[in-house]
Amino acid sequence: MSFPILMKPLPLSLKDFNFIAEANKSNAPGGAASSKSVKQPPQKKDGPPVASSVAASERGVDRPVEKERKKDLPPPRMQFDDESRVGKAKRRSLLNQPEARNRVELFRHLPPHKNGSQLPYLESKFFELHEMHPSVYKVGLQYLTGDTSGGNARCIAMLQAFQEAIRDYSTPPEKTLNRDLTSKIGGFVSFLIECRPLSMSMGNAIRFLKSRIARLPLTLSESEAKAALCSDIDRFINEKIVLADKVILRHAATKIRDGDVLLTYGSSCVVEMILLYAHEIGKQFRVVVVDSRPMLEGQKLLRRLVAKGLSCTYTQLNAISYVMHEVTRVFLGASSIFSNGTVYSRVGTAPVAMVAHAFHVPVLVCCEAYKFHERVQLDSICFNELGDPDAVSKVPGRVDVNYLDNLTDKQKENLQLLNLKYDATPSDYISVIVTDYGMIPPTSVPVIVREYRKEYLLI
Amino acid sequence: MPDTQALVNDFLNKLKKRKIEGSQATAKQTAELLRSVISQTRVPYTNQAAALIQSVKAVGEGLIAANPVELAVGNVVRRVLHIIREEDLSLTTAAMAGLNLSAVSDDEDDVDGDNQPVLSAAAIAAASRSTLRPPSLQTLLEDVPDSAAVPHTSSSGGDSEGKSKSADKSSRSRKLKHDVIEAVNELIQDINTCHEQIAEQAVEHIHQNEVILTLGSSRTVLEFLCAAKEKKRSFRVFVAEGAPRYQGHLLAKELVTRGLQTTLITDSAIFAMISRVNMVIVGAHAVMANGGVIAPVGLNMVALAAQKHAVPFVVLAGSHKLCPLYPHHPEVLLNELRSPSELLDFGEFSDCLDFGSGIGAPLLHVVNPTFDYVPPKLVSLFITDTGGHNPSYIAEIYQLFVMSLRGEDMKFKSEIMKTNCIAGGNLVKS
Repeated sequence: MSFPILMKPLPLSLKDFNFIAEANKSNAPGGAASSKSVKQPPQKKDGPPVASSVAASERGVDRPVEKERKKDLPPPRMQFDDESRVGKAKRRSLLNQPEARNRVELFRHLPPHKNGSQLPYLESKFFELHEMHPSVYKVGLQYLTGDTSGGNARCIAMLQAFQEAIRDYSTPPEKTLNRDLTSKIGGFVSFLIECRPLSMSMGNAIRFLKSRIARLPLTLSESEAKAALCSDIDRFINEKIVLADKVILRHAATKIRDGDVLLTYGSSCVVEMILLYAHEIGKQFRVVVVDSRPMLEGQKLLRRLVAKGLSCTYTQLNAISYVMHEVTRVFLGASSIFSNGTVYSRVGTAPVAMVAHAFHVPVLVCCEAYKFHERVQLDSICFNELGDPDAVSKVPGRVDVNYLDNLTDKQKENLQLLNLKYDATPSDYISVIVTDYGMIPPTSVPVIVREYRKEYLLI
Repeated sequence: MPDTQALVNDFLNKLKKRKIEGSQATAKQTAELLRSVISQTRVPYTNQAAALIQSVKAVGEGLIAANPVELAVGNVVRRVLHIIREEDLSLTTAAMAGLNLSAVSDDEDDVDGDNQPVLSAAAIAAASRSTLRPPSLQTLLEDVPDSAAVPHTSSSGGDSEGKSKSADKSSRSRKLKHDVIEAVNELIQDINTCHEQIAEQAVEHIHQNEVILTLGSSRTVLEFLCAAKEKKRSFRVFVAEGAPRYQGHLLAKELVTRGLQTTLITDSAIFAMISRVNMVIVGAHAVMANGGVIAPVGLNMVALAAQKHAVPFVVLAGSHKLCPLYPHHPEVLLNELRSPSELLDFGEFSDCLDFGSGIGAPLLHVVNPTFDYVPPKLVSLFITDTGGHNPSYIAEIYQLFVMSLRGEDMKFKSEIMKTNCIAGGNLVKS
């Protein structure tokens, strides 16, 4: 019996999955066999097709099939200055995207920001989206409005929503659980991307989930499979985030001595945990919280720290040279760490690390290993996320400095507003990275990615 | 001089309450005030220069003490004193030449011995050569042995020539004041036009299709960029907003009104964007004698980022900002902390501001400095109204200038520095 082996090279996109499903339907008598056979190619090339299908679903658009692809190269990300792809994306998108006026030229390749004004529109579409699970929808709305932010929080929210969706899932007739569920997850992911571009932690988590789905033994019944997946998700959250954070706390607390002045930037959940833990075990230290516009995340951290009784100094990013004279350690969080040691984190982290380096203050970056990524990045422009440009021009709470209200059209034509969300800190400013694998120098990140990828992603 | 006193008091109040914004305005008002002080000073027949110097010093010390961080005040006071001495010297040399007296010291020298140089013919010639320009090394070397040797030939010679000289002196006294006031007017004119003179050099530094980064708002920078725009150079400007005063918004508005392509970014994005920037152009609050810059807060971070990416860091400064002091611990001593309400809303954070711990110390400090110190090694170029200079050249100019000043003119600075040291730290760890 010849199996209809699909010699389609990578990557397989969503459309390809649907196509395979339909092909199976048409070969009704050989249905079971052919479904098995079709399963072979995806399982053999397990790593790359999963990665690339993740990438494809991350983009949420059809990708033309590419002829050759090296296995180890991560697929390129969606570039938004490519007109044809953007057009297709727009047609499939759920959100109404107004034409962004005055986009900064340098960032034409990034998707424009979707602000909270989309919320009522999305809410009204709730009952029209039968493909969408309500908990995923809820998570998407939370991302859109900014209620859930921060790598760990977003990842956990997304995984828990997927858990709900998996529990409520039932395989339609004539389809296999693996492929159908994978395509459903892909649909969820593309919705989440429209609400807000994925963070690296979310990308890795999705990769993990898809690989678990693909690895499900065929002998399992549907309920067993679903239970296995839910417990896998729980295990991922528990081991890779919760326990990893505990290990990081232990390591980092050894680096805090009595009398230290610790500086932190913005609001990182891991750094906050470290400071509270060190305070609990009785170390005497002061904290300097550095904050910046437009998100002003440091204020939330400040409030929580002062409530627990830590003595804090609050300042904004420009004054960093003033406070750095008496700082002994700098603790920073990260959204992701790339294979060349570059730390990808909230915008403003790079100047903090740079000034600390100039004043010979050690910089410790605290990051769970599941956030590591095999990409490399040299600067903050090739890949970033754009925020709401109006947040730059408006200063909430200070009416005396709202100089940019009431601009004439001619003025608006020449003025562009740029609100970046992330930046890339070069590895030479980082002294050590504290992860659940221990305290490693930035040069060891590709080692962990290469050697421990299966382990740290539980693939 | 009741009305002068009122003027002085008024100005002192404004300085203390920080009502005057910007070193150019401060310098101009200081110069105008000193001009009225000079014109109101009653000068005796003898020793007028000393009287003028005395009155200017008295007012100057008060002004400097009112706002020690505003270095332009001290700069202008020192320059006015320098003007007085120079004018007096040139008048005396002219008088000497006219009266054909070679090695006679005036009566003024007797009374004021250490202040005035002994007038040897060579010194007269030398002094007349250097009036208001920064002294050259040659003149300094000629001056030094003269002030060291103080032969007062004495008042004995004075009596007989006294009467003949008195007539000259009275006309000279009016002339001295007149000359000094003219020179001070020139100084004010220089201060007023420093922007134009700096802006004239813009076209040499900005070419087509450049990307320029600046932070906050400086009128010098605005004029500089607009001058380049006038010459049809098309370039883009990234303006960082400069929290917490957000003056970058003002500058961006001005620039777009004049037709420049401007992008407004937050301060946190400076490091991210600086790799695509060709040049950083900023203004300064003051330039110190070692070439270091007292600049609005945040510029040290920009300078470090520019150094990392090998982007030239250009500082524009009018000559009234050049200060002959050496900065000691400038982040603390030459800095001012502003209100925390610009960073945190008191209403929102009032619960955190309770005195939480047992000793009554507040748990939350807020730090809001106004200025930053940029060391000279991070600055690529200074552009002043006299042209472009290296930071080490600024240091050299000031070594020369400092050597030419009298010891007493520098004295009030050291007093100020001492009081600052005692008042000690606006340190964060109080």
